[in-house]
Amino acid sequence: MKRLCIIAAGALLIAAPAFAADDTITIGMTVSQTGSLNVDSVAQLKGSELWRDEVNDAGGIKVGDKHYKIRFVEYDDQSQGSRVQQLYTRLIVQDHAEYLFSPYSSGLTATAAVISEQYGKVMVIAGGAEGKIFQLGNKYLFQAITSADHYLSGAIQALKEKTSHADIAFVYSDDPFSKAVVEAARKQAAEAGFKEVLVETYPASTTDFSPIINKIISSKADTFMGGGHYPDGATLARQLYDQKAGLKWVSILVAPDSPKFASLGPAATGITVPSQWEPGVTYKPDFGPTPAAFAKDFEAKEKVGVDYHAASGYIVGLLLQHAMEQAGSIEPDKVAEELNKLEVTTFFGRYKIATDAQNHGLQIAHQMVLAQWQMKDGKLDLQMVWPDAAKTANPLYPIN
Amino acid sequence: MIGLLASIVDGLLVGSVYGLAAMGISLIWGVMDVINLTHGAMIVAGMFGLYLLVNDAGFPVYAALPPVLIAGLLVGIALYWIAVHRMIGRPPLMSLLSTFSVNLVLIGLGTAQWGTVLFNVQVSLPGLSLGRYTFPGTHIMAAVLTAVIAGVLYLFLFHTRPGKAVRAVSGNREAAELVGIPTTRVLALAFGLGVALAGVSGMLIGTLFPFTVLSGDAYQLKSFVVTVLGGLGNPTGALIGGLALGLFEGLSTPFMPVSWTLVFEFVLFVVVLIAFPGGLLNLRWPRRAG
Repeated sequence: MKRLCIIAAGALLIAAPAFAADDTITIGMTVSQTGSLNVDSVAQLKGSELWRDEVNDAGGIKVGDKHYKIRFVEYDDQSQGSRVQQLYTRLIVQDHAEYLFSPYSSGLTATAAVISEQYGKVMVIAGGAEGKIFQLGNKYLFQAITSADHYLSGAIQALKEKTSHADIAFVYSDDPFSKAVVEAARKQAAEAGFKEVLVETYPASTTDFSPIINKIISSKADTFMGGGHYPDGATLARQLYDQKAGLKWVSILVAPDSPKFASLGPAATGITVPSQWEPGVTYKPDFGPTPAAFAKDFEAKEKVGVDYHAASGYIVGLLLQHAMEQAGSIEPDKVAEELNKLEVTTFFGRYKIATDAQNHGLQIAHQMVLAQWQMKDGKLDLQMVWPDAAKTANPLYPIN
Repeated sequence: MIGLLASIVDGLLVGSVYGLAAMGISLIWGVMDVINLTHGAMIVAGMFGLYLLVNDAGFPVYAALPPVLIAGLLVGIALYWIAVHRMIGRPPLMSLLSTFSVNLVLIGLGTAQWGTVLFNVQVSLPGLSLGRYTFPGTHIMAAVLTAVIAGVLYLFLFHTRPGKAVRAVSGNREAAELVGIPTTRVLALAFGLGVALAGVSGMLIGTLFPFTVLSGDAYQLKSFVVTVLGGLGNPTGALIGGLALGLFEGLSTPFMPVSWTLVFEFVLFVVVLIAFPGGLLNLRWPRRAG
């Protein structure tokens, strides 16, 4: 009996550190490992994982006298809102996630936001651009990326620098993100003196755009703006080229930012895409890596080209880390207070959020850049063409 | 007016390929009362067959058609033995679940291998212009090849012994067995043909649009609509149903928002199911006795 007690005491002593204060921060998220949002969602995750690995390799986040390692708990939401609802509840209730990162896409983020607010969990948003998410009353949402309202602002500005007259066909997917982008763009285009000659939505599952492109041709549009997410954007670009739509300017959302878009060959030439970030940006960060260093580290680790989804996945981690370090605490309310106050420049660009009750969490400082596929030395390359401070090439206009 | 004409012609060109895709489902249903839910996966397999043969193996684009056809036939015969053979004669739900399961496995494997990254096969063919409108050469070639394949299928089914055996089994399996037709092998052949048609339609679709591993679902859905329009169990009707669907899309989109086209397509689908269960054309092979 005495020997048993000694053994038990020894076991408790050895096990004691495991029952001591937890020095790991658990961050929960869902990732679209399967389904239509897979490509961009996984890129976002890879960016977050790079941040996590760098923090852990450096010994963890230093908060006060302690160092906290980062642990991710993630599940596959299958690109479905119903799964997001279940899984974020699970992350909070069962997995005890202390902080959350958003899923990818406005639709899924809106669903996750309902759960995170219900449980009072800080959620930093990398993949949800729709502004409406922040207009339902929240305290713990923090958007790192430019909101949908401003996605096409740069394209309209860049076009205005080339021509004072444009007949625009707005053709877009009927999902919340694309609708929010185009509704705002239509107002901005009207303010710029441009004329809209066609406005059409299409179901996200559309496979053949020939009827829509014939409508674009019939409308005599010389400019196209719209698209949706990945597969439809690429198909639109290809069919606009095959059917010789005769457009002078084409801006398509999301799809052209993927390095794989170059596989469209001549159909990709001249297509512009609004981008949250490109490797060639020249922001001087207040903390964290430079744009070039981030791009280099990402490509060295993942052996694939970096895009803005990966960058946004990284930045949410970096901002959360900085807020904890500044707050000197990992208490959610103190970290939230710090994220509210933060006004900084990182490799990703500016960060500052709206803090009024009506729009809390909406990103108000980050700016989009506009990139365009251009032929350079016989090779298709994505060049930044707007704003002037960020550009690596002049915009091609007209593209036909 | 020219815009409307362009829309109609485009609709017919692409609709013919939908019809080819639907012929595969219709043939299998007509012969063995099985709804093949691996159809979408087989369409995608045809797309990837095109990509691998052209981009990796250096085949000329349309030279990929025969290997895709033959591979589709062999894969279809294998699938029959794996997932369908034991379900013949059982309640339809069992074959539905069986082929659905195989579909999930195939899509899962495809996603694991390639993710949902976009693939594109560049095809350069001169098109035809009509005023400001262009009919891409790829659309015209796809429609021409569809007509050729449909013609070859017709010749096979009506002028060859194996083809007549397929029709005989479709009409009355017991009677076919009584006259010495090896019905099990014929069923495997018919399933293989159906899958080959799906694969070839996928290959042709791959020359028109970029695609991902998940692209098959949308075409599978269109195939069901087209099959119902043409009449379940009738490959000729399926081809004509595809043209009808293409014509509907071409006629309607100049006059209504594009987002309503899908709504009206499915309204048409429901109306045909209720009012004309044999299909709009009601061209039928002799149905099985009993």
